[in-house]
Amino acid sequence: MKSDTYIKRSNRPLQFYAVLFLIVLYVPVLFLPLFSFNDSIYVSFPLKGFTFQWYLELLDREPVWASLMNSIKVAVTTSIIATGFGIFAAKAITRYRLPGRGPVVGFIMLPLVVPGIILGVALLVLISQLGIRLSLYTVTAGHVIVCLPFAIATLIPRFEGFDKSVEEASADLGENAWWTFWRVTFPIVFPGILASLLLTFTVSFDEFIMAFFLSGTDATLPIYIWGQLRFPQAFPSILAMASIILVVSFILVFLGQWINRDAQSESLESTKNT
Amino acid sequence: MTQDNAFISIRHVNKFFGSFQAIKNVSMDIGHGEFFSLLGPSGCGKTTLLRMLAGFEAVSSGEIYIDGQPMSGVAPHHRPVNMVFQNYAIFPHLNVRDNIAYGLRKLKLSRSNRNEMVDEMLELIKLPEYGDRKATQLSGGQRQRIALARALILKPKVLLLDEPLGALDKKLREQMQLELRALQRTVGITFVFVTHDQEEALTLSDRIAVMSEGRDLQVDTPTRLYENPVNSEVASFIGTMNFFDGVVTSIKGDTVVIKVDGLGEVSAPAGKVSLLAGDSVSVAIRPEKFSLTDEKPDDVQYCVKGHLDNAAYLGERSHYYVRVEGVSQPVAVSAQNRNRTGEAEDRKRPVWLGWDSAAVVVLKDD
Ligand SMILES: Nc1ncnc2c1ncn2[C@@H]1O[C@H](COP(=O)(O)OP(=O)(O)O)[C@@H](O)[C@H]1O
Ligand SMILES: [Mg+2]
Repeated sequence: MKSDTYIKRSNRPLQFYAVLFLIVLYVPVLFLPLFSFNDSIYVSFPLKGFTFQWYLELLDREPVWASLMNSIKVAVTTSIIATGFGIFAAKAITRYRLPGRGPVVGFIMLPLVVPGIILGVALLVLISQLGIRLSLYTVTAGHVIVCLPFAIATLIPRFEGFDKSVEEASADLGENAWWTFWRVTFPIVFPGILASLLLTFTVSFDEFIMAFFLSGTDATLPIYIWGQLRFPQAFPSILAMASIILVVSFILVFLGQWINRDAQSESLESTKNT
Repeated sequence: MTQDNAFISIRHVNKFFGSFQAIKNVSMDIGHGEFFSLLGPSGCGKTTLLRMLAGFEAVSSGEIYIDGQPMSGVAPHHRPVNMVFQNYAIFPHLNVRDNIAYGLRKLKLSRSNRNEMVDEMLELIKLPEYGDRKATQLSGGQRQRIALARALILKPKVLLLDEPLGALDKKLREQMQLELRALQRTVGITFVFVTHDQEEALTLSDRIAVMSEGRDLQVDTPTRLYENPVNSEVASFIGTMNFFDGVVTSIKGDTVVIKVDGLGEVSAPAGKVSLLAGDSVSVAIRPEKFSLTDEKPDDVQYCVKGHLDNAAYLGERSHYYVRVEGVSQPVAVSAQNRNRTGEAEDRKRPVWLGWDSAAVVVLKDD
């Protein structure tokens, strides 16, 4: 559409920058699916031919499926726990007049900026001090800590986006805090909860460093893949696996954003209409 | 109104937000079935008082009784009151029917019974076709009615309304005022109505509490508030008022004689204020209580000569501003245009102001 307002007019350098940005970001990633269809065990140009062989080979590799199941178990548990905690944290942060709200939020967001390797070592020290055996449970605990900031960051805009007087209206119409949460708060923030579940699932599923430090004998998928890199003949099917994960992750994150897309616009609309 | 038959009784209530005192020693009684308004400028504490009645804010000291029960420590969902919020607070995820039926869950009604009650309410608020609409798709006036229906379906003893008509345009607001008043008569529930619009309060209310800066200035019927304000703050907040300075010269029974700057010796009903000779007082006269004539009038008790300063023609009446020697502000006069023709009027002519002693209100401010 032709539009000549100052803000909307097209800007060549900016468009060029955007395209370049996307290329740098995604082209390396696109090599994964490309070579996963290549009929050669060596990852190098020129490409040899097209094959589904590596994908078929995946089907026969027991340990791949075992570690995939481990990862799914950990990711499902992590996403539920992190989102559950996230709901209460987001509600507390947005609803109650907390003294020192800023520092509290900053503290919760800390795992985003603390290098994973430090967090991983710290947790490993703690867990071995407590005498707990490393297992998928310890991996899950580490993942919850890593995922909590993502959950809260996804949920806070949802909680901020709706007018707290609807919760008061519910209390006024006779419902206690529990029923008010289930009948009003929960349905209104539900898209945010779904988005948080999808996002934390993806983060946990791909997570390597925590899993590396905290897993015992049962490997998660990233750990298994890491282990297989030593064997060249296994590599192409790892590429195939990675391609599948890439596509599924992309779909999940995209779905989450799409479900939660109206968090902002809806809150704008409700203020506009009153 | 005595405390015995009061339905809501507010006793010496104070409210602090930190060190800021939003409500200052407010006491008032509201009768059963009354249409009671809280009137005052924005920020005077009307919403705060209403929210304390609903239970969303705790009183800092004092006590609120509803139907004889002290309300301290009673949660909002246990109070026999329902509220219509300033922004309506319609549930955005529910349709109109479910919004209205929201409070019925605890009554454990059968489905058909429930539908019947909702249909009745939709009928009452004149939106029978709108049950399945999404609540967010409705106009301001329609949402306001849904907020009303949602509260009324629970048959509360008291309905609290926080500037429910504030967001509507003038035409719709006037229509809703009439409907609200009719509705209150039909359902017979006590209404506590918050507004900053004095005209709205005068039109709707049985009684009005005028508030300012957290205090209740006067609680009275609309006519008494207008005709017998207790102090100059109430007098100037409700309608327009001319104020003159004066000194009491003598008191005879119910009549007080005052020497008023610019108007001379004037007698007036003493009213409720206790006065002594020599007291300085404010004398207040409403603009419509003056007569304005070109010749010296002979049908009024008092008159004074002045000079027309300005005039505004408003159709059914005109506003005049008259300069009188010895009075600092021009005197506002409102006159019906009963004998007015299309001819232009001289807006700078000498005129006579006339008034009767009954029109004079004596105020003593501390
Ligand atoms: N939760 C609160 N915290 C601090 N101050 C408040 C709070 N609620 C209201 N106030 C203050 O109390 C005063 C009265 O507010 P309010 O009752 O909303 O006035 P009104 O409804 O008459 O416009 C205002 O000065 C307002 O800033
Ligand atoms: Mg208010």
